Amino acid sequence: MSTIQKIQAEIVEDFGMFDDWMQKYEYLIDLGNDLAPIKEQYKTEDNLIKGCQSRVWLHAEHSQGKIIFTADSDAIMTKGIVAILINVLSNQAPKDIATAKLDFINEIGLKDQLSPTRANGLVSMIKKMKLYAIAFNN
Amino acid sequence: MLDISKIREQFPILKRKVNEQDLIYFDNGATTQKPKSVIEAESNYYQNENSNVHRGVHFLSGLATDKFEATRNTIQNFINAKHSHEIIFTKGTTDSINIVASGYRTLLNKGDEIIISELEHHSNIVPWQMCCEQSGATLKVIPLLDNGSLDMIAFENLLSENTKLVAVSHISNTLGTINPIEEIIEKAQAVGAKVMIDGAQAAAHIPINMQSLGADFYCFSAHKLYGPTGVGVLYGKEDALNELPPYQGGGEMIKEVSFKKTTYACLPHKFEAGTPNIAGVVAFKAAIEFITGLGLSNIAKYEEELLQYATEEVLKIEGLKIYGTAENKSGIISFNISELHPYDIGMIVDKMGIAIRTGHHCTQPIMERFNIPGTARISLAVYNTKDEIDVCIKAIKKAKMMLS
Repeated sequence: MSTIQKIQAEIVEDFGMFDDWMQKYEYLIDLGNDLAPIKEQYKTEDNLIKGCQSRVWLHAEHSQGKIIFTADSDAIMTKGIVAILINVLSNQAPKDIATAKLDFINEIGLKDQLSPTRANGLVSMIKKMKLYAIAFNN
Repeated sequence: MLDISKIREQFPILKRKVNEQDLIYFDNGATTQKPKSVIEAESNYYQNENSNVHRGVHFLSGLATDKFEATRNTIQNFINAKHSHEIIFTKGTTDSINIVASGYRTLLNKGDEIIISELEHHSNIVPWQMCCEQSGATLKVIPLLDNGSLDMIAFENLLSENTKLVAVSHISNTLGTINPIEEIIEKAQAVGAKVMIDGAQAAAHIPINMQSLGADFYCFSAHKLYGPTGVGVLYGKEDALNELPPYQGGGEMIKEVSFKKTTYACLPHKFEAGTPNIAGVVAFKAAIEFITGLGLSNIAKYEEELLQYATEEVLKIEGLKIYGTAENKSGIISFNISELHPYDIGMIVDKMGIAIRTGHHCTQPIMERFNIPGTARISLAVYNTKDEIDVCIKAIKKAKMMLS
């Protein structure tokens, strides 16, 4: 099992503990609050992913064969999901990121949060993370 | 007095559950739900009446045409237009505005001015920007006061003999402000300008009367008025519509076609190229009848009562600020709570079965004016109740607790 898959399995397990949406949302809020802050200098217009509803900033750095992502969002629920995506895809090799299948999203019941119609910037965020990976891989 | 529980019975969707909770629908500014009569009219049209309009000599074509034109007459009465041919069927308010704005591209020249306002929906901003780009005309904007009403002194200062058109909304979809359109129309027409009113948020909530109002153009959508999506109205005074060049070419809108010269049909067909949304137009009549059956002044009175109650109750939530506190307001409450993001509030109350709107509501200039990323918005309709407001406020309080 690759690292990315292992982390996904852990997340699915974490979410399996929750009985209702409230616990799940509270957990997301906690994750959002605990997300390591993005450096202020990286909160630029270039790094901004504009959703209709919420905004996401994403910065990528290539170091020792791995990509380090840092990110932020102005909405805390979005930020919670951003934190999960960072957990899964940051500090991984570009090739692994580019080919990663993010099945866990369905399994933890947050699929509708990651649908293009939500316009919260998350779908574009995943796309951008993968594009960085492809770019750094070449 | 309206019997709200009887009214609610007419809306099948209000019985459904959302996230295992009773649906509470407070996104009426975006679109209203549909009564059974509208749903049945649309279905019945396809089952028993379907044919193309204004074309055939056969029975069904005649029937469909009669039904289609009957809606036009109903709308004429509903808004008290002078002639039925002043009612143009469109796809919706956005389409109606674009027909006017597109026509004005050829009617305006450099030095001419169009006035809009800071509280407009993007669909009453962008078509005019496009119009100005192509005609060389200049766009002027009436600024907002802090309470979300228009700065009418600034408006008067913007008016001049260069003003050719004023396009403002009747009611703001974000702030709920009812604009003083009577005054705007009078003052604009006094300098020789035409006036277009975006009535998308008004037509289902307050009585409108074209002959006493005197607007040159007035637009609204069926779907915000308990009717089907994809149907709207462009009302125009006969002269104003005759002056406007056609929008789209095609069937129905012509008098004679030859490769040398094509001449256009008379009103209203000049603006109705192609096969229209016949089923939608037919069902639109049922929506108007639903409203007139209740009486628009009764609706306005009840919604005013709901608005007052909801306003008082939401203000009890600590840290809650309402955007749009004009004296003359319709049933729309836009708010934020302290530093909380409206998206987070919307997501949490959704889990409790409550549909509110969050975001910039297609009015980014308003967000910029108040320096906020968006708002949460409750928008009311005649089937909403005080009980629903109570449940919603409880949900908002819960969201606040979870998020702070």
